[in-house]
Amino acid sequence: MTRDQLRHIFIEELMSIAPDIDLDGVPDTADLRDAVDLDSMDIMNLLIALHQRLGVDIPEADAIKLTTLGGAVAYLAERSSAT
Amino acid sequence: MTKHPIIHQAPSPDRQPNVEDYPALCARFRWADAQAELDGLPGGKLNIAHEAVDRHVLHGAGDKTAIRWIAKDGTVRPISYAELKTQSDRFATLLHQLGVERGERVFSLLGRVPELYAAVLGTLKAGAVYSPLFPAFGPEPVKARMQIGACRVLLTTETFYKRKIVPIRQELPALRHVLIVGPISEALPDDVHSFDALMAQATDGPGIVATAPEDPALLHFTSGTTGKPKGAIHVHQAVLAHHISGKLALDLHPDDIVWCTADPGWVTGTSYGIIAPLTNQTTMIVDEAEFDAARWYQILQDQKVSVWYSAPTAIRMLMRAGAELASKYDLSALRFLASVGEPLNAEAVLWSQDVFGRAFHDNWWQTETGAIMLANYATGDIKPGSMGRPLPGITAGIVERLPDGGVREITAPDTPGELALRSGWPSMFRGYLDEAERYRKCFADGWYLTEDLASRDADGYYWFVGRADDMIKSAGHFIGPFEVESALVEHPAVAEAAAIGVPDDRAGEIVKAFVTLHRGYTASDDLEKEIMAHARKTLGPAVAPRIIAIAESLPKTRSGKIMRRLLKARELGLPEGDTSTLEAFA
Repeated sequence: MTRDQLRHIFIEELMSIAPDIDLDGVPDTADLRDAVDLDSMDIMNLLIALHQRLGVDIPEADAIKLTTLGGAVAYLAERSSAT
Repeated sequence: MTKHPIIHQAPSPDRQPNVEDYPALCARFRWADAQAELDGLPGGKLNIAHEAVDRHVLHGAGDKTAIRWIAKDGTVRPISYAELKTQSDRFATLLHQLGVERGERVFSLLGRVPELYAAVLGTLKAGAVYSPLFPAFGPEPVKARMQIGACRVLLTTETFYKRKIVPIRQELPALRHVLIVGPISEALPDDVHSFDALMAQATDGPGIVATAPEDPALLHFTSGTTGKPKGAIHVHQAVLAHHISGKLALDLHPDDIVWCTADPGWVTGTSYGIIAPLTNQTTMIVDEAEFDAARWYQILQDQKVSVWYSAPTAIRMLMRAGAELASKYDLSALRFLASVGEPLNAEAVLWSQDVFGRAFHDNWWQTETGAIMLANYATGDIKPGSMGRPLPGITAGIVERLPDGGVREITAPDTPGELALRSGWPSMFRGYLDEAERYRKCFADGWYLTEDLASRDADGYYWFVGRADDMIKSAGHFIGPFEVESALVEHPAVAEAAAIGVPDDRAGEIVKAFVTLHRGYTASDDLEKEIMAHARKTLGPAVAPRIIAIAESLPKTRSGKIMRRLLKARELGLPEGDTSTLEAFA
């Protein structure tokens, strides 16, 4: 899967959990919990949704890696190539 | 009663616990004697900030680190008691210069930054009343609380100001000044000031206000099943219970490094994330970042945390992150672990005993009680799954409400009833702001009625059974179904709404809402998402439902009241009980 596809999927799952947020102008490096109204539970639900959608194993201790758009795509790319 | 093994605690070889002999201490404890542990101010006056900070400086401990603040990037900044005194003095002066009068309310909508601590203590020094708001609240919960509390001054950041205050600014007539902590990127209205700029000018103030013990100090909001949020008023005298409970229930000693992980936006984050660790002259850890298992273990290790007060949601998330992660860190400095927010399941207590070699000590209290009321102590037995026993100085009981408005105490062991406390302890709330009737209804026959159902075993340990009402408890915090439903029905498509708590592995419960649609709207995934977006925008992620289900109809009583309990029973697959008062479904 390409990074663009992973990015698309990440945003789709994120918008399904938090349809209120606007990612326009949010930099890839910004912590989503600061840049938009997301809390830790949202991130945890996102982790579960991505695990189901992509079939990759994401340990809960890695939740922190999903808190930026750029970091999440890199992490998912690494995890999906490993499996 | 317990199916789980009791943990018999061995006396610590190198440390005298503050509670050595629980029954003996209970027998001799008097609040009037305990008052001697505080310094007070001349003429019988009392101020929380004086007990928390100034007195330690007067006693020569000014150089001691009061707060070790850990920034998101990991930088550690120590703040001494002397510095905290200077900064809080300045904030009191700043409020004075802004014309804030005694008893007026100062709110914060802020993350865990050093400025917050100076501001809370400075507010108390100025004789004003401090009220925290949780940063994950959306504009509606923020507005309701600021309106009820007639907020005069708000402390926040530019981001929160723009996102949560600007949309409601016109509806906050009492608000005079907004203080922005951190950078300001663009010109803001005249009543919006830079915190740093005003602090720099606030030298030479009038000093601490000699407040009376019964003067209001703190205003903590809690949600109700119906109606608006309630503002529970606490007075300066509460500091006696903060101090003593910190000492007895959390075993605080002056050489402790204390980490209370609760956000200061809630009562725990104020009573035990600010006041009690400071009155006990400990060093407290404040971490700016949100939960992350590895980061937490790193902090426990590097900061040599000795007393750790956390919550079931966080503990369950640590459990899921695995024991292997914990084993990579040296956690040998940990001496006492405690948990609050909702009952800590026995499995989590036993897990902590396995993984840390120390068990979490569950304790119980509420916004209204102001301080810990029931606890498992550093000595004696921990019964995993139990909330523990009453604090010395606190009389707890299990009661049954009677039709005449009175109560009857249930003395037989293991018999469920309502948990009640003999009224009159120092941190008991003194009222709900502007709601005398709601306050009065909390008491009967000299008992404060908690609305928590519990039982007491033959050894005097209390066990949580459930709630007497429809309140939802998510991640340890009460969410009022009415507040959620009120926001949902503001969406043009929503006719009726009902919010309930459904079980969740991490948060205990999460909010699920059922909605019915107005004529002309058709249920669809897109509409569900649109309603979800509306709810999150108005309520914020901490309060908004995590699940929304569009229903054909909602079950109601003959009088038209939506039966949340029935929805919940169905959701959980439980017997639906007596449905004779149900109206036929529309």
